[in-house]
Amino acid sequence: MKEAEIRRLLAANLLCVFSIILSAVVPSFFWDGFTVLGTHLAWLCICSVCVSTLNIILHLVLKPNQSHKRSSFAHKISRFLKCCIYFFMSCILFHAIIVLYGAPLIESVTETFLFAVLLSTFTTLQCLCMLGPNIQAWIRVFSKNGAMSIWESSLQITTICSILGAWFGAFPIPLDWDRPWQVWPISCSLGATFGYVAGLIIAPLWIHWNRKQLTYKSR
Amino acid sequence: MQRWPVLLFLAWVCFLFFAGIGLFMSGFLLTRIELDISSSCADPLLPPPWERQGLPPGSCWAPQRFSKAVIVIIDALHFEFARFNPAKTSPLPYENKLSFLHHLATSQPHHARLYRFRADPPTATMQRIKGLTTGSLPTFIDVGSNFATYAIQEDNLLAQLVQNGRRVVFMGDDTWEGLFPKKFFRSYFFPSFNVKDLHTVDDGILQHLYPTVDSGEWDVLIAHFLGVDHCGHKHGPDHPEMAKKLTQMNEMLRSLVDHLGNDTLLLVAGDHGMTETGDHGGDSEKEVNAALFVYSKTPLFVTVPPEEPEAVPQVNLVPTVALLLGVPIPYSNIGEVMAELFSGDGDAVSAALQQLSVYHINAKQVDRFLHSYSLVAQDLPAEQLQHLQQLFSSAVEEHTELLAQVQGATLVPPELESRLGSLISRFQLYLREARALCTQSWARFHPLRMVGGCTLIATSCLLCYMASELAASSDSFYRRCLLYPLLWGLMVALLLGLAHAFTQEGLDLLLVSSWAAAASQLGFFWHWWGQHPKRARLLGSQPPLASAGLKQRLRAWLGLAFPMGILLFRCGAMFSDSFVVAEARVAPFLLASLVMLLVGKLHWDGRLTVPEGPKQQFLSFSSYRREIWYLLCLVAMLLVCVRLSGFFHQCREEIPQCRPSLFLSPLASLRNTRAKNLFYLLCVALLAGLVYAVRSWLRHYGNLNSSDPLVLFVRWGFPLVVLCIACYWAVASSADDSLGKLQELVQVAVVAFPWAVYGLASVGLLLLLCNPMTVFAKDTRESAGSIVTPYLGVPTSEVDFLHVIPQIYKRMQESQKSRLERGTCRAAVAAYGLGSVYSAALVIALTLLGFLLMLLHNERLSLAFLLLFLEAFVLLHIHSRARGLAGDAEPFSVPWYAVISWLLAASQFFYSTGHQPIFPAIHWNAAFVGFHLDHSTNLLPAVLVGANTFASHILFAVSCPLLLLWPFVCEMPSSQKKKPKKEPREELQEVEEHMMEMRLRESPEKFSTALLQLGLKYLFVLGTQLLACVCAAMILRRHLMVWKVFAPKFLFESLGFMVSSICLLLGISLVMRVDCAVSTWFNQLQLR
Ligand SMILES: [Zn+2]
Ligand SMILES: [Zn+2]
Repeated sequence: MKEAEIRRLLAANLLCVFSIILSAVVPSFFWDGFTVLGTHLAWLCICSVCVSTLNIILHLVLKPNQSHKRSSFAHKISRFLKCCIYFFMSCILFHAIIVLYGAPLIESVTETFLFAVLLSTFTTLQCLCMLGPNIQAWIRVFSKNGAMSIWESSLQITTICSILGAWFGAFPIPLDWDRPWQVWPISCSLGATFGYVAGLIIAPLWIHWNRKQLTYKSR
Repeated sequence: MQRWPVLLFLAWVCFLFFAGIGLFMSGFLLTRIELDISSSCADPLLPPPWERQGLPPGSCWAPQRFSKAVIVIIDALHFEFARFNPAKTSPLPYENKLSFLHHLATSQPHHARLYRFRADPPTATMQRIKGLTTGSLPTFIDVGSNFATYAIQEDNLLAQLVQNGRRVVFMGDDTWEGLFPKKFFRSYFFPSFNVKDLHTVDDGILQHLYPTVDSGEWDVLIAHFLGVDHCGHKHGPDHPEMAKKLTQMNEMLRSLVDHLGNDTLLLVAGDHGMTETGDHGGDSEKEVNAALFVYSKTPLFVTVPPEEPEAVPQVNLVPTVALLLGVPIPYSNIGEVMAELFSGDGDAVSAALQQLSVYHINAKQVDRFLHSYSLVAQDLPAEQLQHLQQLFSSAVEEHTELLAQVQGATLVPPELESRLGSLISRFQLYLREARALCTQSWARFHPLRMVGGCTLIATSCLLCYMASELAASSDSFYRRCLLYPLLWGLMVALLLGLAHAFTQEGLDLLLVSSWAAAASQLGFFWHWWGQHPKRARLLGSQPPLASAGLKQRLRAWLGLAFPMGILLFRCGAMFSDSFVVAEARVAPFLLASLVMLLVGKLHWDGRLTVPEGPKQQFLSFSSYRREIWYLLCLVAMLLVCVRLSGFFHQCREEIPQCRPSLFLSPLASLRNTRAKNLFYLLCVALLAGLVYAVRSWLRHYGNLNSSDPLVLFVRWGFPLVVLCIACYWAVASSADDSLGKLQELVQVAVVAFPWAVYGLASVGLLLLLCNPMTVFAKDTRESAGSIVTPYLGVPTSEVDFLHVIPQIYKRMQESQKSRLERGTCRAAVAAYGLGSVYSAALVIALTLLGFLLMLLHNERLSLAFLLLFLEAFVLLHIHSRARGLAGDAEPFSVPWYAVISWLLAASQFFYSTGHQPIFPAIHWNAAFVGFHLDHSTNLLPAVLVGANTFASHILFAVSCPLLLLWPFVCEMPSSQKKKPKKEPREELQEVEEHMMEMRLRESPEKFSTALLQLGLKYLFVLGTQLLACVCAAMILRRHLMVWKVFAPKFLFESLGFMVSSICLLLGISLVMRVDCAVSTWFNQLQLR
């Protein structure tokens, strides 16, 4: 059963990777002059939308978290609204943290905010899909031995990888290479994307490798 | 508590680092003293006249041969680029491209000649331009020049030309603009900064070159082309682009020669060569091998050129050009004239006589320079100077004699010619030896010294790390790791001294101290190794324990990985010029990351959540502790502080779009009166706020109750200091003209107020040193015996005494309890503020230092200082919270992340107090706070400017012991806060329940070890940063940016290291002074 689940995880993650690649390639067929670097803001939007829709669909199809009891429609609506609020708050929070880390405060607000949205898509949205608007569950997942299924392990890995990628993405900015991708926030968002992709690929492999050691507490 | 060994150990480690820095610096940074004397036509340097040569009226030193000159400098024109070899069938991209030069040299051998042009290191463009105009060997630091500008202050060719009424027109590299401000009759500067841009400068010159030449409104025209150099940096010499560039230069020269008149001298020169990769800066053969081409339409040379072009040192161009154009040779020139250009068109004898007179002038000028130089500096060895002097005087004597004989016609040509030839070679010998002497002391890296210095610093870092792991406060530790190594070092120093005494050589203090340092290090490692096997054997006897130890050690290493990783990033950043330029933003970024990582790690380890009960493990999710919000608020505050501090940055010229912060300019420069007043009020209010905050902190911990002079000073002196600073700011920032009659009063006030602050601050620091106790003891005991009953009489030894202190606490506690029970007051001794006595002393010292440093900065930078204090406070709180949450077993050791974050904050505020590691960014006006424009000595302004520059280093280093003390100070339950603070009895309880810093007193051995460890850790982190800078400067000494970025960075970093380490020692000794005072206080208490 575990093997099968790992395979399912791998498939889902590969789908996500595929969607990111598509988001970079497909729009150029419809839109002349679209490039990831040249029209970066558009790509940020497209990528965020692609990844988030795919994540939501995958969540609805795969239902990795079966623990929810059937609940009323109103409950679902309130849950959904809560998720939206949480997502928005995380965007704001990311934006604030990025600015505190040294991003310009007033200039290029759009760029910074869209970057924050992308980061939230890679991290918060996944948490929302997987765990719901339940902060305490998030706290549990992101601590040592806190993951309770391979899905949650994967969540840990992808989230940490995306944030690390964004962090490393800041390093080339001061270099005097004069490359187009050194402009804020391109290197950071590319870093976050590569980190996310790397996380998606690493997660199933790592879980597969460590499947003996990984013993999840059953609910 | 062992105080002296700790201080001695730290001082020894500092000495090791200093020796390494000194050794490296002596190999890397060559210094020279600039003389500000200029030559003039009236100088008595003329050789004795002879019959056929009379100076035409109006000429200067020597007859003018050319009225005009065109100097074309092709940057990085390697000799191989200019040489033409027709035999080559398949030339490389850079070969055989300057065919026009070859054509001139072969078709007109008496008009043109190609030379090898030997550049002197450092082969950076700016140093070469200096060399090509002053005729000297510029080093990185030419002491005596004004650091604030790059302008050449020394006598130089351009100054001489301008002084003698020549019109100098310049076009090309804008480096010349900074070097020779307002010297040019007309100039066309083009930006040189962008190395990727091959064409802007060259195309700009070509646009103006021919029209200017044709217009005739010039006497000397200098054109500095940069394309070849930039092509080298971008593509390397072996690239088709280089072929294009050189072909362009060839065409340029061809049409330039067409435009020249008969009275014009053409010089084509490269300022330096380039390596295979197209870089330059060092002293390798390829870098120093440039080309020089001389041409004129009138015949210049008597002889035909030699087969293999002659090599000419670069400095030789200056006297040659000066005398050819009929201007005096610049004062500091050490070059030798190129004699074949002075042979004229007469017979061999008259040519030789002419050359002799030129040599004579040249030699006299060099002799005069060496004499003046040896009066102000001692870096030229005296014996050799004397030897040169003898050479010179004998040659001059013989010249006079010879001329007399020529005039008397007693010599016949064959003998005369040989005498002339030998005399010329004697002058040549003198000039060459003089230059060699100067080269030896000014223009050579000493790779051995550089490597030695680097190794010394690296091993000192290793020593710091190992000693900080090892440090145990046993006598054997100090004996093994301090005493023996010191003895080793002393022995080596003594031996070297004796050897020098025997060989009668001058004692090089630097070398002796580095050898001593190396020996003492060796001693340390030797004794450490001697200790090591024993431990290994001990472990070997218990194999299971050993493996567990290994696992634990591995885990400890992993725990170290995250702060050390950040440190590694920081050190790696020193190796990239872009990162050094951007360091003002890199340091805060890393600091923020370090703190976030710390919080993340605490969370990951589950330290932030309430431990779940075993039963409800799956039912309830873990929830955060309440303290977490406090911690998160602190982190948010820290991030905000870090971000806000970015508003105070100064700019470097490498980032052209940067605008310097508004806050850096003094208030006096503000036009808007309202804004000025508002800013003034804000600054003063924040200053008052700082005093209020410090006082309320002290009051909170009960350190403001006693009536000691120090406490009185805190109560009354602090506001007075603030008042003085506010008055000084008011006077200094007021508009000068608006005051009218009060002008004189203002002049007095501008000096008086800073002196009042200096005086008050030193009084405060003295009081702090005399009696650092801020404890108020209330003795309500009925009889003395009640408290020290366990010991009858006076304690005889320290050991006895140590047991007494806990006894006193216990006593206090008991009596307190009984008092509470009975409701009567029969307490023993109430000591207010005993628990924070160490920190209180440090905080008072820091506030005073802060006032002093704020006074040295512009008014509005006080905001940055307040931010600094706030950030340090927040960092301390985060640190102590994290310690509390992590539940460390060892409260006496300060973790690495705290030390690293402390140092990151220090370098962050170096930038946020408006500094940059470049010379033009130094705040020179700090030297005149409290002084009227004049200083009698150099020491005082150096101290003031140094204190201004390294303000944040000073503050953070002095406050370093707070990292150890703060977790103890913060050890307070939340319930305490509710109690009203006015009632003294409640505070009494606070001391009784929480020993706070008295825990440190309880185990003095551990306390001293902890201080030693902290100091070693601090020195280790500082030392690693320094090591990275040193390695960067050494490895990248060929880099384009070495003299603009890496060398200044290294200089600032090493000075910062020295200031920090000394201040660290001062901070630690202050803590020890407090400890002494606490001991005596307890003694007295007991005796009473
Ligand atoms: Zn150059
Ligand atoms: Zn260059």
